Amino acid sequence: MPLVSFRDVEKTYRSLQGVDYHAVEHFSLDIEAGEFFCLLGPSGCGKTTVLRMLAGFEAPTAGEILMDGRPVTGASRDRAVVFQGDDSLYGWLTAIENVEFGLRMRRVPKAERRERAMRYLDLVGLTGQAQKYPAELSGGMKQRIQIARVLANEPTMLLMDEPFAALDAQTRALMQEELANIWQAERTTVLFITHDIDEAVTLGQRIGVMRAGPRSGVKGVVDVALNGARNRTDDTFLAYYRQVYAMIRDEVAAAIARTR
Amino acid sequence: MRRLWSVYGGYVVGFASLFVIWHLASVYLVSSVLFPPPAVVFKKGVVLLRNGVLCDNLSASLQRILMGFIAGSVLGMPIGLAMGSFRPVRKLLEPYTEFLRFIPSVAMITVAVIWFGIGEASKIFLIIYTTIFIVILNTAAGVSAIAPNKIRAAESLGATRAQIFLHVALPATLPYILTGMRLAMANSFTTIVAAELIAANDGLGKMLWDGRLFMLVDDIFVSLVTLGLLGFAVDRMFRWSIYTFAGKYSPTT
Repeated sequence: MPLVSFRDVEKTYRSLQGVDYHAVEHFSLDIEAGEFFCLLGPSGCGKTTVLRMLAGFEAPTAGEILMDGRPVTGASRDRAVVFQGDDSLYGWLTAIENVEFGLRMRRVPKAERRERAMRYLDLVGLTGQAQKYPAELSGGMKQRIQIARVLANEPTMLLMDEPFAALDAQTRALMQEELANIWQAERTTVLFITHDIDEAVTLGQRIGVMRAGPRSGVKGVVDVALNGARNRTDDTFLAYYRQVYAMIRDEVAAAIARTR
Repeated sequence: MRRLWSVYGGYVVGFASLFVIWHLASVYLVSSVLFPPPAVVFKKGVVLLRNGVLCDNLSASLQRILMGFIAGSVLGMPIGLAMGSFRPVRKLLEPYTEFLRFIPSVAMITVAVIWFGIGEASKIFLIIYTTIFIVILNTAAGVSAIAPNKIRAAESLGATRAQIFLHVALPATLPYILTGMRLAMANSFTTIVAAELIAANDGLGKMLWDGRLFMLVDDIFVSLVTLGLLGFAVDRMFRWSIYTFAGKYSPTT
């Protein structure tokens, strides 16, 4: 049984003028336990909508989302979310206090949660920044804090919504590498949303390509048979890149044509 | 010493220039008993300090402001939080806040005196009236300004609704609450003077009124300068305490 299954999920938004927008329709997808799944699609295709529904922030209009065979009804600590921007961090808490937030809410004793938070801060390479406030940290560091915060809470799976999109190219490449290493060590199930083919091929074990919206769904899934560290100049890497690019090219064109 | 100067130097020069200009204006520009120079006002201030008149009036006004201000803030905060958090509560209470906040507290002096007499009760009522709406509006605005992702993150980290309120909504709103309180404090000065001008047995406003009644121009100026200095000092204290105790809640300011 897959860990997560989307079954014929549909999400419709109604505008203030009463016009319906069908973001996704007949969206079906299975995510296996322990895999790193990248959901790739052109902007505005409903990737974030899919993540929000799985996170439990929004309910599907039709269809169902199952996790461990049970329907998703709301947010829960088994589905931790890493957001794109830094506005989810708590500006009045230090880095380490942000990381131990979930543990504190569950009333884990102070000494234990400090130790666990410290371990995950160390994992993301921020031991020296523990006592700083988010406003004192760079964009890359803030995303690391977010990653440490969700990992410390030991969720069943991670939902990542373009977590590196706002970072500069060098920092992004470094963060991708570190996330790959962390995933190799932790093997938590990940649903990673991105619009970047390179990022998807670098990180994903499987890549789901979405059609352009509206009424978006999964166009196809690519298995990436690459293990360990991935090299962007490697022939196999480039072959996957081309394969995914061929799938998404028309969708990007459609997305641009629609918004024109 | 150098650091001290770089922090406070501007203030010292600024205040000094204020008194120099006042002095020049009153000695050379409008040489009249109706506009005493700072030295005369200062001397009179010392006299009024020595005989206790200034202290009595000052503490009377300050006590009224503080009591009303604290009561108004304590009442306003939970109402503002509830209005910002729950739509039905906002809909229910908005007619009250939106209606009453446009009736200036100065206009309420009339009914305050009729209802509560010219004693302390009417003054404290007026300061509460002045404070509460500003605190409510700022608190409610603060709650609705919380980034939705802060709430979502807490939900997916396993926080309960009560925990989200206590550990996310409240601290995220604190800078707005404190800003509201600071504005309310400034308005309280206006209200208390107006109220004391009209009906009071003591206070800085009463001192102003008596000065006019008995043509004690120096007394009027002592009262005015005291109001200015008091307001300045209280606002600085407020800023200092925001910075010291709540600085981390808004690291950008």
